[in-house]
Amino acid sequence: MNYLDNFILIVLPYVALATFLIGSIYRYTSRKFQVSSLSSQFLEGKKLFMGSVPFHWGIVFIFLGHLIAFTIPKGVLAWNSQPVRLMVLEITAFIFGISMLVGLINLFIRRYTTPRLKYVTNKMDFAIYILLILQTFAGLWIAYNFRWGSSWFSTLLTPYLYSIFKFQPDITAVALLPWTVKLHIMGAYLIIGILPFSRLIHMLVLPLNYIWRPYQQVMWNWDKDKVRSSKSPWSVHRPKNT
Amino acid sequence: MDIRSQIAMVFHLDKCIGCHTCSIACKNIWTDRKGAEYMWWNNVETKPGTGYPSKWEDQGIYKGGWEKNKDGNINLKGAGKRRGLTNIFYNPNLPVIDDYYEPFTYKYLDLIESPEKDDQPTARPVSLITGKPIDIKMGPNWDDDLSGTPDYARNDPNFKNISPEEKEVMFQLEKMAFFYLPRICNHCLNPACVASCPSGAIYKRGEDGVVLINQEVCRAWRMCVTACPYKKSYYNWHTGKSEKCILCYPRMEAGLAPACMHSCVGRIRYLGVLLYDASKIEETAKADEKDLIQKQLDIILNPFDENVIREAKKNGVADSTIHAAQNSPIYRFVKEWKLALPLHPEFRTLPMLFYVPPLLPVMATVKKTDNAEQQDKMHPIAKKWEDNWLYDTSTKELWGTLDQIRFPLKYIANLFSAGDEELIKEKWKKLMAVRIHRRKVTVGDISDEKVTETLRDANMTAEEADAIYALTSLPKFEERFVIPAAHREQAIEMMDFTGDTKGGTGFGIKKPVVRGI
Repeated sequence: MNYLDNFILIVLPYVALATFLIGSIYRYTSRKFQVSSLSSQFLEGKKLFMGSVPFHWGIVFIFLGHLIAFTIPKGVLAWNSQPVRLMVLEITAFIFGISMLVGLINLFIRRYTTPRLKYVTNKMDFAIYILLILQTFAGLWIAYNFRWGSSWFSTLLTPYLYSIFKFQPDITAVALLPWTVKLHIMGAYLIIGILPFSRLIHMLVLPLNYIWRPYQQVMWNWDKDKVRSSKSPWSVHRPKNT
Repeated sequence: MDIRSQIAMVFHLDKCIGCHTCSIACKNIWTDRKGAEYMWWNNVETKPGTGYPSKWEDQGIYKGGWEKNKDGNINLKGAGKRRGLTNIFYNPNLPVIDDYYEPFTYKYLDLIESPEKDDQPTARPVSLITGKPIDIKMGPNWDDDLSGTPDYARNDPNFKNISPEEKEVMFQLEKMAFFYLPRICNHCLNPACVASCPSGAIYKRGEDGVVLINQEVCRAWRMCVTACPYKKSYYNWHTGKSEKCILCYPRMEAGLAPACMHSCVGRIRYLGVLLYDASKIEETAKADEKDLIQKQLDIILNPFDENVIREAKKNGVADSTIHAAQNSPIYRFVKEWKLALPLHPEFRTLPMLFYVPPLLPVMATVKKTDNAEQQDKMHPIAKKWEDNWLYDTSTKELWGTLDQIRFPLKYIANLFSAGDEELIKEKWKKLMAVRIHRRKVTVGDISDEKVTETLRDANMTAEEADAIYALTSLPKFEERFVIPAAHREQAIEMMDFTGDTKGGTGFGIKKPVVRGI
């Protein structure tokens, strides 16, 4: 098991993070035209609702939950110190997990039963669906069978993940976890690794900038206040609007 | 004052013959690609009719455009920051492909490769999405010329505030009338598509006001499709990017007219520069519905005004652009003669495409007449027509016909003036006055008094009537399209600095050539 543990818990995360970083930067800078959410609502706009909405809101909150346990483990433990609060957190998270799974299954069925969608679906989409469904199922299985995940994530997995980011991987504690948990960890690394090569890239371009930008956008090729002023005569370096 | 220049257009609907040459010119250049087959950046609709996509004017369905809220501000009806971001996973107001039509072609090869059989081979229609045979339910211009059925026309969203009786009268066969409405992107001053784009991919060009979608920034959040009340932003299902009319900017930068305008058979289209005050856009878009058109005309400035010229120069507007603005046919139609109106101003996007409302299909009546005398003059072997009616466009009573029109005035008003019937009447009077004046000049069977009375009634002079006549009926190419010349030498610079482009890979690709790639 040692080799396998080393591979899943030490080698895989570095490979995944490296491909994620290099792949995303390459795709965003050199293949910008291919960065899109590739929405298929235009070809099928009814069944999408019961898939896309539960899945996306589910994954948004599940992702934030994992992120919070990673960034402020002490906060999560403090919250969990009272059983009622622990229950609230776990049940909420579980509901979002269920919502994600239901959404995913609906999306999967929709994509493979609607004739038109066959022509906007590739093999990578299939791989993502399978990976995400297995990952979500494993997550729910773990949450149900190995309670209470929010607490032991904060005490076991957060230090492990920190050790990965500090380039001093320490897997002694994590290696003792059940194989389902290891599978879930492996799934996470796989998803991170293939993200730049799939439509999942759209989560990196979430348009948060929209919240604070003004509604209207006007762009000038040249700096309009300077381009025809006599102080900036015709020269090689014209006042460009960047 | 913040003066900017805007390329604007006028479509003279009286001259549109509905030939769709513009649509084809556009299609052949820009949208003859996978994923774009269903798009018609330029399309021509029959009005009354449901249009393309079906019932696009009904914002109860599509939630496009801006709406004014109680505190006097304007919000996007179906998009915006809150709605756009919360509906980003599923846009409840997005039209789907069936609202346009499923693109198709025919299996022509079957006609050639079919083995010899008892029956003639047929070319079956196949979908351009799936490639499988389909039953065509809708196609481009499916309701063209009412398509032999008034069903499409009856569902026209512009029939609001029109009584069922009035509506029925319109569809009686002898009285039925329709006209054509060519549509392209309006390149609005207050574009809803720009405001709705979460990624910020859509922008308005400062130099000429063309609204464009940056294909490298678009992420398929598809809010622009919902937000544009004219449904002129289209989603390319293949590339996962939205696309829209680019006003043929590569042609315009080279001094050529956009393809749809260049190819117009009826010569209904005019294109030119308008100078406007950008600091008043917000205030104008927020105006009360009855003041919207007047306010929109007010922000368009007089290009001969010294003050305007000075401010424009200060703002970086080129001399050649100001010169083009002074010769602009759009300025004359819209501001000087007040003949043209924007389509659906109540959407509050301040569209920059103006229409001269159609007069001819509205003014004529069908009368019973005896054609026997005419028939007798014909050669014995000529076909004799059995009908005895006349399409009568005579105008004995100067304004009498205006009240007996076959279209409810309200219908035209719902299209072009947010329901203001007086405004439409005013335009029609002017158009009639020009005709009556020219009738006197060319035929001379109308008395001077009558013509003077007509012109006075329409609030215009004989010189003005002659000028309108000249620009409507006799304009040369350069008079219809006054494209600022300055863009020619800046054409490449619009894309990038010329020094960088030399040795580059050509139009649209800014990277230098690297051997082996």
